[in-house]
Amino acid sequence: MNLMRPLRSLLRTLLPPALALGLILAAWEGYSRFVLSALPGGSRLLPAPSAVVAALFDNAALLAPHTRQTILETVVGFGLALLVGLGFAVLIDLSPLLRQALYPLLVVSQTVPILAVAPLLVLWFGFGLLPKVLVVGLVCFFPIVVAGADGFRSTDPDLIKLFRTFGAGRWVIFRQVRFPGALPSLFSGIRIAITYSVIGAVWGEYVGAQWGLGILMQRAQHSYQVALVFAAIVVIAALSIGLFLLTALVERLVIPWRFRYEAEETVQMPGVQPVVATGPLDNVSAQ
Amino acid sequence: MQDTRTTPIRVEVSRLSKLFPREGGRLEALRDLELVVPAGSFAAILGPSGSGKSTLLNILAGLEEPSMGSVALFPRGAGAPLQRRLGNVGYMPQRDLLLPWRTALDNATVGLEVQGVSRREARERALPLFREFGLEGFAGSYPGALSGGMRQRVSFLRSAVTARGLMLLDEPFGALDAITRAAMQEWLLAAIPRLQSTFILVTHDVDEAVLLSDRVSVLSPRPGHIVGTLDIDLPRPRSLDSASTGQFAAYRGRLLAMLRASGSLGRPAPDEALR
Repeated sequence: MNLMRPLRSLLRTLLPPALALGLILAAWEGYSRFVLSALPGGSRLLPAPSAVVAALFDNAALLAPHTRQTILETVVGFGLALLVGLGFAVLIDLSPLLRQALYPLLVVSQTVPILAVAPLLVLWFGFGLLPKVLVVGLVCFFPIVVAGADGFRSTDPDLIKLFRTFGAGRWVIFRQVRFPGALPSLFSGIRIAITYSVIGAVWGEYVGAQWGLGILMQRAQHSYQVALVFAAIVVIAALSIGLFLLTALVERLVIPWRFRYEAEETVQMPGVQPVVATGPLDNVSAQ
Repeated sequence: MQDTRTTPIRVEVSRLSKLFPREGGRLEALRDLELVVPAGSFAAILGPSGSGKSTLLNILAGLEEPSMGSVALFPRGAGAPLQRRLGNVGYMPQRDLLLPWRTALDNATVGLEVQGVSRREARERALPLFREFGLEGFAGSYPGALSGGMRQRVSFLRSAVTARGLMLLDEPFGALDAITRAAMQEWLLAAIPRLQSTFILVTHDVDEAVLLSDRVSVLSPRPGHIVGTLDIDLPRPRSLDSASTGQFAAYRGRLLAMLRASGSLGRPAPDEALR
């Protein structure tokens, strides 16, 4: 019954949006089937959800390699953005001068429409993996840098003072206090970045590619296979949601203290009785 | 504590002045401050907000250097003062400042780890104190699961194991509610004799100063200097009951008179820009 409570609250959270989605899909299905079908070619222009699902299964073999390519671009691009973004966040944090110099440029960089830059990237770097990875990287970079830099900046000055009285230097303070303290903020940036990352890859493919869901969608569009376009959209959405949930899971593993305030831990000491520590909240949750 | 590295420290502050650059001039936080704290004693610095109390503690801890004058810390039996204050003086802030990602035990040992003590040895030193400080069974708890008083005790423990004979307490119970504060004061009275250390408490609470200290020094409003000292000869061991004696009331009256004479009472408190 300890397990039932979160399950029930999860159900309560999921039920309203699931109902809303079901109603929308049902209306769409009805419209496509009974209204559009009266027009010549109408249900081909807006296929019913059931037709999209059918297209998804019929084209599974076609979708699979394109999906793999998009995942590859997304993961590599995101990884790159995470590395470079964290590096920039640390640089900005270390030097007030760099913060002043770079922060406005980063904000300005976000005003450049990436859709307009993507064709240039293809022009410069060809039709291969690199331009797509760069588009994903550009999309993900900004939220990671800003969230990271803000996280570092929000360190409690009194905490830094306390660690200085221990004799800690800059690096120790960074490792022990500032970096772990910045992780919650960094993860909120990562969650935003990962949500946009798949779209970034699709943009990159749209401009020109051999493989990938973006180019598949374009080809399907040109040959009026609207159901396949929708099937690709479903896959893209599923990928984005999957990556988001994966991030949430990693977050729980990396910073469990944000989610669980009490813990049971056995501390083994040489020559000292093992201490089984239980927080006062344990008694409550164990009922 | 039978830790041989800990020797009570004698503190000598001489003609200490501290100036901060401010727009259109300088702000004088402390002026010609004289203070001697014997090794192993408990001293309180009593003063209004903005009297430079925190500046004085920052300088004693080594976080800031005096503009003029000197600060010298002599470990008992040593002829020469400590070269370096940072890393040697225990500092207990007003807020507990525990790291939420570390357990109570790992919070207590973090200062030692920073100073290069192995995690294993740090735990060996800190864990026995959990029992003494009434924290037994909570070593593995995260700060979020502890009460305010317990968190403050872990914070005290963290400072105590890091200190080498001098502990600075910066209004350590100021953030607690009145009842928890009273309990913590009584707890501290019991803990003091077990630590081979000199204590300097900064407070604006007259009763707290009298209850805990051997000697109270009254700090003037800015620029801060000592306007008077009072030896507190209440018998030890003390408890909260000591506060209801006539002797205690007499000490309180004399300290209030000193505060009034220095202009700390009956005028609006200066801003807290120096904190």
